[in-house]
Amino acid sequence: MGSVILTNIVRFIVMVLLQVVLFKNIGYYNVATTYPYIFFIFLLPIGLPNLLLFFISFLTGLTIDAFYDSVGVHAAACVALALFRIFFHKITLEVELKESFNTPSLGIMGSKWFLSYVFLGTFIHHFFLFLIEAFTFSNFLYTAASSILSSIFTTCVILLISLLVYKRKSRISNI
Amino acid sequence: MRNLWLFLIRYNAIFWFILFFVFSIILVVRHNNFQRSSFISSSNVVIGSYYKQVNSWKSYLSLNETNAELAAENGLLRQQIQHLLQADTAADTVYMIDSIEQGRYAFIVANVANNSVHQKSNYLTLDKGAKDGIEKGMGVITSNGVVGIVLQTSEHFSSVQSLLHPDTRISVTLDSSEVIGSLVWGSSIDPRYGVVRDIPNHVEVLKGEKVYTSGFSLFPAGIQVGKIVETGLASGESFLDLKIELSTNFSNLHHVYVVKDLLVEEKERLETDSQDNG
Repeated sequence: MGSVILTNIVRFIVMVLLQVVLFKNIGYYNVATTYPYIFFIFLLPIGLPNLLLFFISFLTGLTIDAFYDSVGVHAAACVALALFRIFFHKITLEVELKESFNTPSLGIMGSKWFLSYVFLGTFIHHFFLFLIEAFTFSNFLYTAASSILSSIFTTCVILLISLLVYKRKSRISNI
Repeated sequence: MRNLWLFLIRYNAIFWFILFFVFSIILVVRHNNFQRSSFISSSNVVIGSYYKQVNSWKSYLSLNETNAELAAENGLLRQQIQHLLQADTAADTVYMIDSIEQGRYAFIVANVANNSVHQKSNYLTLDKGAKDGIEKGMGVITSNGVVGIVLQTSEHFSSVQSLLHPDTRISVTLDSSEVIGSLVWGSSIDPRYGVVRDIPNHVEVLKGEKVYTSGFSLFPAGIQVGKIVETGLASGESFLDLKIELSTNFSNLHHVYVVKDLLVEEKERLETDSQDNG
């Protein structure tokens, strides 16, 4: 239990740092930008109480907002992602798994589940993010297009990261 | 009562969602309409000093370019000195800088601690703040163009709303004719280009013509902003839109100057007085 909390704290720090140091400077003009820090929210333990999940997501969003000078935008998008996460878990997971404190990672959940989880969640997050950032429905096509392109970009980055971590984990368990 | 309780527990996720989401939206709206909350922004001490540290490492990577830029600016200044000296010694030419304009602007040198070009609304953080005399609403320029407007200051840092922001408008004028337009980013995509709006239709505009600040906004008159690359983008019936190539390289900003208009209070007082009377 203690180690779960510690891992998540470390993961939070690493993902936020990576986001603001590295990924903030990567983008294809304004059409596709990447926000892989949401990987932290994807990987929170499955059995987390709803209130705590929302609170952590909100704080994560607010931290990123502080670096991006966009108070509330990322926070709102992260809260939307947390709601998606709850529904997705409710629909797809079995009861025993739902109450465990497992991390829903690529290694444990399998690639098919993980891919749809990450892609749909990323799309929800980015869609809300761009919509609230623009704060209008007038350029809706542009918003939709850039959220689809950005979610593909972010999903690729998240998959790369999880593949890197995945390899190391399995190697340790083999030893 | 029990049923209501069960209902709340069963759908607690949605209620928490609504609560947190509405709270975030309130933050966003407040942030847009009023002053930015100073606590959660990059002029905060923790985040500001973090950006400053990262930038002090990053600045080594572009020392060459920075040096070249500074040398070029030195050359330009030297040329201007030469010009002034010549004008001074030639007895028959009377050369005078307007004494009002001469003392009007002060320039504060600052380093860029953080910069972005990939967002829809871009901001910069400078490593100088209220302690060095920077105030809200001052203009920020670099040696070859306009950068943005100071949005907020803390003691040691200030955040700047970049020209690459949908709300930034700067009053500009053309080289050949004295018409006034306003410069906006417009495209929201490419940090190299901007759009000049509200140029009357009858004005003949040439490609490659230079665009300068008009002096009506926060910036001194005559700072080069960019070059026209495309004319005749129609925005409405009687106005032209011009696409210009910005002379500021936003992806590589290091040293900037904050323009302090020493007469701004007097100007604003006069303007509010005349508004009251009218």
